[in-house]
Amino acid sequence: MTGKGGTGKTTVAAALALALAHGGRRTLLVEVEGRQGVAQLFETEPLPYEERKIAVSHGNGEVYALAIDAERALLDYLQMFYKLGSAGRALKRLGAIDFATTIAPGLRDVLLTGKACEAVRRRDKQQRPVYDAVVMDAPPTGRIARFLGVNEEVAGLAKVGPVHNQAQAVMRLLKSPETAVHLVTLLEEMPVQETVDGIAELRATGLPATSVVVNMVRPQLPGEEQLLSAQERTDEIARAFARAGLGGARRGGRAERLVAPLLEQGREHAERVELERGLRAELSAQGLPVRELGLLSEGVELAGLYGLARELRGQWLTSGTDGARP
Amino acid sequence: MATPLDAEALDADVSDADTPDTGAPDTDAPSADVPSSDVLDAEALEIDPLLDDPTTRIVVCCGSGGVGKTTTAAALGVRAAERGRRTVVLTIDPARRLAQSMGLSELDNTPREVPGIDKAAGGELHAMMLDMKRTFDEIVETHADPDRAKAILENPFYQSLSTGFAGTQEYMAMEKLGQLRAGDEWDLIVVDTPPSRSALDFLDAPKRLGSFLDGKFIKLMMAPARVGGRAGMKVVNLGMAGLSLFTGALNKLLGAGLLRDVQTFVAAMDTMFGGFRTRADATYRLLQAPGTAFLVVAAPERDALREAAYFVERLAADRMPLAGLVLNRVHDSDAAGLSAERAVAAAENLEEGGIVDRRRGKILHRDAPSAGPADPEDGSPASESPGPARSVTTLGGNETTETTERTIPDARSAADRASAPDATGDDEDVAVLAAGLLRLHADRMRLLARERRTRDRFTALHPDVPLAQVAALPGDVHDLDSLRTIGGRLADQHRRASTGTD
Repeated sequence: MTGKGGTGKTTVAAALALALAHGGRRTLLVEVEGRQGVAQLFETEPLPYEERKIAVSHGNGEVYALAIDAERALLDYLQMFYKLGSAGRALKRLGAIDFATTIAPGLRDVLLTGKACEAVRRRDKQQRPVYDAVVMDAPPTGRIARFLGVNEEVAGLAKVGPVHNQAQAVMRLLKSPETAVHLVTLLEEMPVQETVDGIAELRATGLPATSVVVNMVRPQLPGEEQLLSAQERTDEIARAFARAGLGGARRGGRAERLVAPLLEQGREHAERVELERGLRAELSAQGLPVRELGLLSEGVELAGLYGLARELRGQWLTSGTDGARP
Repeated sequence: MATPLDAEALDADVSDADTPDTGAPDTDAPSADVPSSDVLDAEALEIDPLLDDPTTRIVVCCGSGGVGKTTTAAALGVRAAERGRRTVVLTIDPARRLAQSMGLSELDNTPREVPGIDKAAGGELHAMMLDMKRTFDEIVETHADPDRAKAILENPFYQSLSTGFAGTQEYMAMEKLGQLRAGDEWDLIVVDTPPSRSALDFLDAPKRLGSFLDGKFIKLMMAPARVGGRAGMKVVNLGMAGLSLFTGALNKLLGAGLLRDVQTFVAAMDTMFGGFRTRADATYRLLQAPGTAFLVVAAPERDALREAAYFVERLAADRMPLAGLVLNRVHDSDAAGLSAERAVAAAENLEEGGIVDRRRGKILHRDAPSAGPADPEDGSPASESPGPARSVTTLGGNETTETTERTIPDARSAADRASAPDATGDDEDVAVLAAGLLRLHADRMRLLARERRTRDRFTALHPDVPLAQVAALPGDVHDLDSLRTIGGRLADQHRRASTGTD
């Protein structure tokens, strides 16, 4: 799940993890940017670097969460390949780990994507996947193609060795039908522009661009199509306001004085609606499924999150297979 | 989870709408003009004195993504220039149309003059987009002799480092800021911060670079190359089991070629490190200097303000001079005297006149025969009402996308009424319009109340932070005039504050 800052990608990612856990399934929600957004959303303590159950979805599903820490992931990695043990801690003191994750090109992103892919592939003793789906709250749209594509670059830099192989395996998974990249946007110009650019970049690098999620869609008001025609009918509207008990309709009366500011708000709203219409057209021209999620007027809290998950289930999971394997 | 339009769901939200309800429905009391009640506890942020002050040399706009940071930086630049200062705006990643509005068509890392600025007051505006690779290359070229510079620039490790790994953008933004300031060519530099993962990376980047370069590991990495050893494998001889294991491991993991590239790179950069570190420290000190003013930019939303609060605390901890908080996209109403509650009640009143059954979002005709699902294309309001043609024609059609099933648009009503011959048709029309306006107003008032609560939570925690609120523009910003408008709104905090306390 990617999206421009402020579009609510963390929220949508969490809602999708909940929705996909529905019916006794198990999902993993992965955070990679160290912001602890998931913990805030679920109103829990900051997540440690371990997979931990954070929510139970409707229908007895389980959502686990993991905040991946690049340094720890590197130590895991070295441990996995070389059984470093306490030498790892010594390296940490020396700043070697810091060195590697800060400056070694892309290593950080490699570790993050690698860890997520490991969770996707992990199987239990019966050889069943441990997680039915892994949802990643990924970096923003502007960086997503680079982030997901980093393994390609690394596979090019590290021409042999386990990292090379690992990087290639990650790329294979990311480019396979098992991976879906959803782009969260708002009906505002800049996020839509970034979404369009992001889709182009993903496509150019051979990565999937699966769907667009328009978040925080303002509910349509009954009658909003006609708001502009109201501009010419001030006297009648003043009388209607008066009929509704809002004061006098004559000039200077309370109802009459409401007309101008309310019409102005109507005009602004109509302008907004027109803008949104253009942006919707731009998004649908991308040739991807476009889903819309309504605005949570009170901001997102836990109840709202479950509501979004329900909405996702309703309009998304039933409509196709593209959302089933993020 | 659409905003509920049902009256039952409203109660919670309107409770603190501070409307003096006169109770008497038909008195022409002046209370309808109760102003927008922006009683600010926080001190108003004075933008013009800040921009005009010749000792203000740098304004840094920071904040989380999507709150209008770049737009704010651009608007401040336009205003400062038109008030007489030679100003440069350094943007990191502007939206295309915003960039175009400032005449930035390419990313060439050099300030370009923005056309269309009123220079009567003696100022001018230049703008540039950061090209981080170019900035990095320039540092290398300045600090290394040509052979060494060539070796670095061609090093594959350098090439990936300079084109977008975590932190590079932040280093380079601060580096560019330092360069612009050192040139002393500008009265004022307005800088927009990168869209970081933490929004604080630009503060940490210079320090991290410094501590990184001071780190033991990098010294060890450099040691073998310094003594002319081959590709660093002599590190093994330093007797540090962990380290040798690590370099060995890295070699196996990454392939020997990569580590060799890194070591060559580190060796080549050796001569530059001192300069690098000095510059990073200087830039950090520059940010703390009295000529710098930080503006934290936010939108009146919970997450954005939480981030803003974190920022304010962090800036204080780092002794960075905070000028104040810019709250973008704040909503207002010229009819704030009419509460959401009363607006909804009045709308229902009109609708329950038997005309509109709101809950089903349908028009019910009491007298006219049921028209059935008429084709909305023909009867759009454009054909029957002389509204402003530009928008009516585009708004009249019933172009709901298949994805907006949540709400049922009312476009049909116009068609139905147009075909209904009875005399009440016009009244119904007006009632629908009036009810629509009232519901829109109710939404606006609820939004206002919500924004106010969010803002008040922030000001309660940070009462000392001066605050400037900028009213939302209906559309996005992509020309100089809109930037001027925003600049004007930023500067004009008195109007709001005074109408609020009268």
